[in-house]
Amino acid sequence: MAERVLMKGNEAIAEAAIRAGCRHYFGYPITPQTEIAAYMAKKMPKIGGVFLQAESEIASINMVYGAAAAGMRVMTSSSSPGISLKSEGLSYIAGSDVPAFVVNVQRGGPGLGGIQPSQSDYFQATKGGGHGDYRMIVLAPASVQEMASLTVKGFNLADKYLMTSMILADGTIGQMMEPITFEDTAVETYDKPWALTGTKLQRKHNIVNSLYLKADELERKNFERYERYKIVEENEVLYEAYMMEDAELCVVAFGIASRVAKNAVAQARREGVKAGLIRPITLWPFPSKVLRQAAEQVKSFVCVELNMGQMIEDVRLAIECTRPVSLCSRTGGMIPSPDQVLASIREARKGVN
Amino acid sequence: MDHKRITLFAGHYGSGKTNIAVNYALLLAREGKRTAIADLDIVNPYFRTKDSAAELEEAGVDLISPQFANSNVDLPALPAEAYRLVEDRGLFAVMDIGGDDRGAYALGRYTPFILEEDDYRMAFVANPCRPLTRTPEEALEVMREIEAAGGLPFTAIVNNANLAHETTPETVLAAVPYMEKLSCLSGLPVWMTCAEESAAAGLAGKVPGLLPMRLQTKYFDLPEQGEPWSAGPVVGRQPNDGPRPPKARPLFG
Repeated sequence: MAERVLMKGNEAIAEAAIRAGCRHYFGYPITPQTEIAAYMAKKMPKIGGVFLQAESEIASINMVYGAAAAGMRVMTSSSSPGISLKSEGLSYIAGSDVPAFVVNVQRGGPGLGGIQPSQSDYFQATKGGGHGDYRMIVLAPASVQEMASLTVKGFNLADKYLMTSMILADGTIGQMMEPITFEDTAVETYDKPWALTGTKLQRKHNIVNSLYLKADELERKNFERYERYKIVEENEVLYEAYMMEDAELCVVAFGIASRVAKNAVAQARREGVKAGLIRPITLWPFPSKVLRQAAEQVKSFVCVELNMGQMIEDVRLAIECTRPVSLCSRTGGMIPSPDQVLASIREARKGVN
Repeated sequence: MDHKRITLFAGHYGSGKTNIAVNYALLLAREGKRTAIADLDIVNPYFRTKDSAAELEEAGVDLISPQFANSNVDLPALPAEAYRLVEDRGLFAVMDIGGDDRGAYALGRYTPFILEEDDYRMAFVANPCRPLTRTPEEALEVMREIEAAGGLPFTAIVNNANLAHETTPETVLAAVPYMEKLSCLSGLPVWMTCAEESAAAGLAGKVPGLLPMRLQTKYFDLPEQGEPWSAGPVVGRQPNDGPRPPKARPLFG
């Protein structure tokens, strides 16, 4: 078994990215994710990689676009306001069908907001952010170990489906330290015959572009892209189910909120309440079928989020409003306590028992 | 354990400086000394000395913390009050310095006073389980960078080998050769060994200057529930009735 090391969530992302073959990092510092850039600045020069602090977020995402078009494993990282700035580039990357890996260690918003943890970029990550019809694979780690594991997975999925995969973490998981193990075996690579690597006068030149001069051609491209997204939806959903076997109430939470929720579910069980937890690990594709199945078993749902209620819309859609869904949330950098979640669980039982 | 008038804890970020500084200040207070602790960390916005404010106050330790600590003002400003630590020589002072050379720049303004009084211990906190200080050579590099930034030479080494809640006495003992090598390279003594109380119980008499510590915990800590990612069965896949994805080729194949 590989050695255990003690890492911050942000460092785990950086180290895992290097192990996944990433040799190009472009970024611009912002709290609470700056350790990713600091780690890359220290390590990349020693392993023949590129660390570049760009003049802005907009510049850095376009550098990612360029390196991705050249077939490189490339990444950038930022926090909420910085991701807004990168959104134009994310749309261009999606329109060009090149793989990129992006990290958002969320902080409170909107606007400049604050530097404390938040999950209020759920809409931005799963519904677009940038313009046009496109999707990103969105991965939501709940521990430092998952920051590493999902980073490797994120690079694999980006190359596999020629799209952006994003880690949607929050300031707490970015900053906290836990012992972890790196598993190198999970790295997968894919051929990139489309990449701009120079023809050496031996093949026809490749073009990476998101501009289409004919409407029908652009429509066809979008149809093709959505065929690919369908494959992702069918094959790449990840979730964790905790105490769901005989559950009568289902708590849905991701990331740091799921850790608090898990403690509350365990406490509810000790009080004789049959609660369970479904934790989406992929936020897109969303585990809709699993929630649909759960709705046939449980009487009500409670969503725990660090925002004003964003994922709750996807939960209601997934179960087609067949069960009541209530919200337990804090926002602005606050984290709910297990007691608050427990109170919401008790409240949710009242109406249906 | 002998104490200097001023004790400073510096090192690689995430090496455990804040927890050690807090526990050392509490030790001084328990020994009946008039004690003050200053949070000079201008780098880390999340986990700070101020998190232990209630415990320090109860023990009678004076906490000097940046005005904006634990707020959304991400401003590296230090309180004027921190000068009290170098000026009030009847006080036992503990200084928690920010991580790496970036964190140590803030120390520079106090360095002339500390050197002039010359009753200080500048302790380098080392944890070999941290990824960027896996070897004594890497730790020495960090040590030199901090000295260059803060202008104050180190005088001692602190063994803080730990894997958070997974730390056992063996974790600490396994780091002894590392600390001895770092001691040889730097010419500094290994002054103190830190461990969380339960691990420390198994270390009595086996390591120099044992400081049993109480650690800050947060309610999203889940040590007893294990890692879902590695637990296999709990991570599910949805039923697939659609098209299949492309096949990967092996790494570097």
